[in-house]
Amino acid sequence: MSISLTAGAVPGPRKDPEVAAALGRRRKRTNTIIRALCVGATLIGLAFLASILITLTYRGFEAMSVRVFTNVTAPPGSEGGLLNAIVGSLIQASLGTAIGTPIGMLVGTYLAEYAKGSKFGNLVRFVSDILLSAPSILVGLFVYQILVLPFGGFSGWAGVVALAIIVIPVVVRTTEDMLTLIPNTLREAVIGLGSPKWKMIVLICWKSAMSGIITGILLAVARVAGETAPLLFTSLGNNAWSTNLSAPMASLPVTIYSMAGSPFEDWIALAWAGALLITLSVLALNVLARSVLRTRK
Amino acid sequence: MSQAATATTPLPATARRGGNIGDIIFEWACKGSGLLVLVLLGAIIVELFIAGLPAFRAFGLQFIWSTEWDPVREVFGAGVSIYGTIVTAILAIAFAVPLAFGVAFYLTELAPTWLRGPVGTAIELLAAVPSIIYGMWGFFVIAPAFAAHLQPWIIDNFGELPLVGFLFQGAPFGTGIFTAAFILAIMILPFIAATMRDVFLQVPPVYKESAYGLGATTWEVMKGVVLPYTRVSVVGGVMLGLGRALGETMAVTFVIGNANRISTSIFGPGNTIASLIALEFGESETGSLKLSSLLALGFILFVLSFIVLATSRYLLRSRLKA
Repeated sequence: MSISLTAGAVPGPRKDPEVAAALGRRRKRTNTIIRALCVGATLIGLAFLASILITLTYRGFEAMSVRVFTNVTAPPGSEGGLLNAIVGSLIQASLGTAIGTPIGMLVGTYLAEYAKGSKFGNLVRFVSDILLSAPSILVGLFVYQILVLPFGGFSGWAGVVALAIIVIPVVVRTTEDMLTLIPNTLREAVIGLGSPKWKMIVLICWKSAMSGIITGILLAVARVAGETAPLLFTSLGNNAWSTNLSAPMASLPVTIYSMAGSPFEDWIALAWAGALLITLSVLALNVLARSVLRTRK
Repeated sequence: MSQAATATTPLPATARRGGNIGDIIFEWACKGSGLLVLVLLGAIIVELFIAGLPAFRAFGLQFIWSTEWDPVREVFGAGVSIYGTIVTAILAIAFAVPLAFGVAFYLTELAPTWLRGPVGTAIELLAAVPSIIYGMWGFFVIAPAFAAHLQPWIIDNFGELPLVGFLFQGAPFGTGIFTAAFILAIMILPFIAATMRDVFLQVPPVYKESAYGLGATTWEVMKGVVLPYTRVSVVGGVMLGLGRALGETMAVTFVIGNANRISTSIFGPGNTIASLIALEFGESETGSLKLSSLLALGFILFVLSFIVLATSRYLLRSRLKA
């Protein structure tokens, strides 16, 4: 009974078993080929990362020595190091983050806690997202216009401001994302206890979102540590030892840029050493940021 | 009655007033920071425009398509660098999108669960590698490899083709438009792949399961269910990659060859707006027409990336809401 029902219920032309089998084989073949291509695409992507890391490790360790950390940059052939560039990068990146982070956190807080669905809030979110992906070289040009030209020359401060502008949208994004994850019941409980809103945000929301916000800050540091283009027109670079923020200041990426483009073997080797340092720290910061976020979940 | 009123009113009133002041300050601090971000973007646009004004005045609208860049005669045009910017970015998209799709497909449907995290992280780390590192890697590793192997092979095999052969002719220098686009493709790959992966994951499992239930293969589910469902967001992700590719500076400066001419061959040297600014800025005197022209180029680049990024965000709006 049931057999005749199913056999009779199939509509359309009668199935030719050979055609059906061939069709099935073709579909399976297409599927297998595309799956293989996708695995291939992923392997290619991983191969690029591996190639970059291997090249950096090989050439970087070859050039690595104590003098990279103890000597300042020097003319080719005279045993120079990268000390001033490393210190300059640390100063500018940390100050830039220190200035950009509070602003970014406040904007993110505004978007998550005050501006839900408001027009002004949507506009701010839109502009912040544009800034996040906008070419960083334009930030450099902008700071050149507002700080370098009127105040008589390239300076570390100009570099700091350029980096701070880049930090802001990164922190905005993660702060807003993390704050929206906090359940409203928590907010209601705090308000219900009679707390003012700002205390609720600072003591409860920021605290519960802290690991996410720290992730954002770490990612921002990683981003600005490798930025070259905005520093070219702001802090310019400096071949001598200098921690004066009102004078031009060296930074690792800009130093690498000028050394890698030079025809001198020992400068190129130093550039590789610097490139290894910068990539290792940036990748370490990224992995650290991810693990901070994961421990929370 | 009156006792209760006198007993209760003063306390909450003072408490609330104290809270109110804190609230007002905090809300305005937040709002003010938001306003600062708006002002920042506005100021960038306005400053670049004002600084580029002398160049726009001197050359008029012709500045945009004029291909001349002659510092000696002080004649400047943006034609070549705009062409280079757009061509490298579009070529980069052409290289990156198939790869990114493959990666996203693999990460959402094919990879075993334990592998998804590590592989996804590794691909995302490609986005974290600084631009200048890509530049060095491209200049010292990729360009020589291309000059020795890939480019001669392509020139030998495709250079003679009718109609399109001219695209693949010329000398295999290693550096040039093609190599720049290749490096850009790797740099934007993680952005496109991450967006695609995220939107693929948003497809309701019920849709996919019903297709599997009908006997569809993995690829058929992707082609027939996932892609149609996520089409708009996928295009948004591609636009995001395009926006990134337009303004990339350091990596391109290393490998594009930096010549101010439009080559017919994709292996020829060229420049982009960003690479031209990075290279020539140091040689421009304050207040010169050249500097103004570079800043005018910056303004054009900003307008280009703004349009592309705004479109991308518009297309991705459904994902942002979720």
